[in-house]
Amino acid sequence: MIDESVLQRTLHAALRNGGDFAEVFAEDRRVSSARFDDAKVEELVSGRERGAGIRVIRGETTGFAHTADLSEQGLRLAAEAASAAARNGSSRARVVALSGSGAATPTADVLPESVDKARKVALLERADAAARGESGAIRQVSASYSDARRRTLIANSDGLLTGDDQVRTRFFVQCVAVGDSGRQTGTEAPGGARGFELFDDVDPEEVARTAARRAVTMLDARPAPSGKLPVVLKRGAGGVLFHEACGHGLEADLVAKDASVFRGRIGEQVASPLVTLVDDGGRAHEWGAFAVDDEGTPARRNVLIERGVLTDYMWDYLRSRKDGRASSGNGRRETYQHLPMVRMTNTFLTPGEDDPDEIIRQTAHGLYCVALGGGQVNTATGDFVFGITEAYMIENGEVTEPIRAAQLIGNGPETLLRVDALGSDFDTWPGMCGKDGQSVPVSSGQPTLRVSELTIGGTAGA
Amino acid sequence: MPESDRPDLFAIARRVAESARGSEQIEAYVVRGRETDVRVFEADVESLSVSETEGMGVRVVVDGRQGYAWVGSLEADLLDETVEEARDNAEFGEFDEANGLLAPAEVAATHAVDLDLWRDELFAVSTDAKVKIALAVEAATRAADHRVRGLEDATYGDVGVEAAIVNSLGVEAFARRTACSCFAAALAGEHSETQTGYGFSVARSPEELDVDSAARDAADRAVRLLGATQPRSARLPVVLDPMVTASFLAIIGGALNGESILKGRSFFAGRDGQDVAAANVTLIDDPTDARAYGASTFDAEGAPTRRNALIVDGTLRGFLHNRTSGHRAGVGTTGCAIRSGFKSAPGVGARALSLRPGSDDHDAVIASIPDGLYVQSVSGLHSGVNTVSGDFSVGAEGLLIRDGALAGPVREITIASTLPRMLLDIVNVGADLTWLPSNATGMTLLIGEMSMSGR
Repeated sequence: MIDESVLQRTLHAALRNGGDFAEVFAEDRRVSSARFDDAKVEELVSGRERGAGIRVIRGETTGFAHTADLSEQGLRLAAEAASAAARNGSSRARVVALSGSGAATPTADVLPESVDKARKVALLERADAAARGESGAIRQVSASYSDARRRTLIANSDGLLTGDDQVRTRFFVQCVAVGDSGRQTGTEAPGGARGFELFDDVDPEEVARTAARRAVTMLDARPAPSGKLPVVLKRGAGGVLFHEACGHGLEADLVAKDASVFRGRIGEQVASPLVTLVDDGGRAHEWGAFAVDDEGTPARRNVLIERGVLTDYMWDYLRSRKDGRASSGNGRRETYQHLPMVRMTNTFLTPGEDDPDEIIRQTAHGLYCVALGGGQVNTATGDFVFGITEAYMIENGEVTEPIRAAQLIGNGPETLLRVDALGSDFDTWPGMCGKDGQSVPVSSGQPTLRVSELTIGGTAGA
Repeated sequence: MPESDRPDLFAIARRVAESARGSEQIEAYVVRGRETDVRVFEADVESLSVSETEGMGVRVVVDGRQGYAWVGSLEADLLDETVEEARDNAEFGEFDEANGLLAPAEVAATHAVDLDLWRDELFAVSTDAKVKIALAVEAATRAADHRVRGLEDATYGDVGVEAAIVNSLGVEAFARRTACSCFAAALAGEHSETQTGYGFSVARSPEELDVDSAARDAADRAVRLLGATQPRSARLPVVLDPMVTASFLAIIGGALNGESILKGRSFFAGRDGQDVAAANVTLIDDPTDARAYGASTFDAEGAPTRRNALIVDGTLRGFLHNRTSGHRAGVGTTGCAIRSGFKSAPGVGARALSLRPGSDDHDAVIASIPDGLYVQSVSGLHSGVNTVSGDFSVGAEGLLIRDGALAGPVREITIASTLPRMLLDIVNVGADLTWLPSNATGMTLLIGEMSMSGR
């Protein structure tokens, strides 16, 4: 993308008026998507953006500027703007020598651009037919395919030169079912840090049938209960609970701002001894995976909670530098137009030893959640919510009636202590995680597990 | 970059639209945004970002088939490639009689209003002055109450966006606006308990910002939740804070999207002309009101915006349409094409929703009920609300109402109902119309009954 000598001169320009650290983050991103809706191919979209973000850290202040112009002059102007923005800090001029290579190998076997658009569209047609074939109650099907290839190049004044070539592919189906009780939706959206070979493992018809079944099931659902109940989360579905209940609260930038209930609790028992929580950006093919993060730190497996004891937070360059330690590879940004910050990658609870079916059988009265629709947390108070999109009552150890969509609410530290059964199975779910206006791909995962008590936000008696 | 060196957005859009061949229709949306973002922490600048972005989105329609492509640059060779890519994408779209670009004749009867949404002054304000605003909001929030122990965020931000829309059928439109804001998120309480609250001020230029009110809101909203407990589950009247009301209206506006109605993806489908809300409910979308954050002269495909009455005295009277959904519905566009930037083709949506205000102010609405719940903020709107099924269940925090006055704070609760029921249960619409950085305004709103889940 950019010559090594140009990178060097750009970093030099960025530090000409002083600064403790300078970085060039260049990105070339191509995306394509296709959408099938209302029984026809609605639209194909292609997009491209390319540019560089330059930051200069001086004392406590980070100056940032970005440009879509990757010529030496464009980069120099951005470097000067970043330098001017950082001028409020203290100063220390530097000369930079780079080592390493910006060359990277793509994470995909079959690159998206090598696949004919017609083949991508054909997946959508198959999904539509399968969903409509599942039930006469299915009245609307929307299916979409999307892929992205994101090449990054990172050089900084510590001498680092590296890069990555990230490929992601996702498939999405939403169905609307109509019955006497009204309209209901069902969605399913698998994805991975992979190319078109994703479809060696993901069958579009099966994705569509799952979404259709979910919508049809909800037609018979009764209103969700209101109040506290034990909640069993099916493998994969409940990962978002831990993403919200403690994942965000373990991000070092929020901890440093005193905006996390987990501040100052390293070494303490913060969760049930069943809980071992890991964030692993290097988990192959997983939706939130990469080779190096958006600051050039290689992805790695970080144990955050081990048998209930808080062992570490997640770190980016800025926070780890202030604390005199190494980054954990969690510095990410949406695009070159954004500053990096501490973000999760693939965050999951490791499996336990219980038989998943036995967890349900041992639950006298509760909720069984099969599909969730995202959540939100206030890290300062620890209160979090997540939405259920497919769930059933458990009565006398048996899964019974479906219930309508509702929000669950809990407090992170309290909920972690209430994990009282952990299955031996495991699965992950892809999703998009938002923080301070930036959205990045993440996955979350867990085995089938039970939380002894959560508040269910329905409208019926518990 | 000096103004004179900046590419002419209109010239680029015209050149692209004029490249249409034969029966092909081309629409170019060319946009430039300038942004400043300042974040301060403990009286120091934490980060300062000054940026300019440009890009183009191109829609090609050939014989009823549509394709789209975008590029984050205005370099000539990349623009040409993008048009080619959109053309290629159109080859794969399926024929739809309703597909097509806006023709000037379709909107000849609608007069474009002249709105003053741009302030040159914004660009004359020095970065130092902007930094000072962020520092001031942080200091004022700390000073507002001794129980504020710190801030999670204290920011200043501004944006200037200019967009040219030209299509090969002869539509030409240009829209530009500036906006700036300051924001504070306060942390209140000792370490054994934390409560949070935020406040903000939004204006078209910095001198119009009200730093003190943003700071006071952030501090007050955090402090008044100190000591919050989880109440027992109950069914009770619920009063929504103006900001929560705005979120609720934005969701209702989403369900009035004409495309969703036509495709059966809204609980309003098939309800046209029916009583869908209490008789005191009149919902209008009016982007021609310059006070609205979403005010705009033109919509995202160049149609002049207009005032659209959606619900009148409780009766469903209209839907939001862009050119395509309006054509399909047989009513034409209502000037409601929106887009989230140049990276997607125009969709359908509201810009400036508002309920017709009632006569009671905030205190009078609260005083009108002996017992209930005042909801200060909600969470999980994206995961707990479904505009197809109408299900509504969100996390909430706020204060109980006892004997017509605000009483003890509550947290870790949800409030639930269904969207159709909530509309019918609107008992009182406050007089306190509040302009917010959203596609909806807010006011205090009393919903007769909802389920509150807690202990």
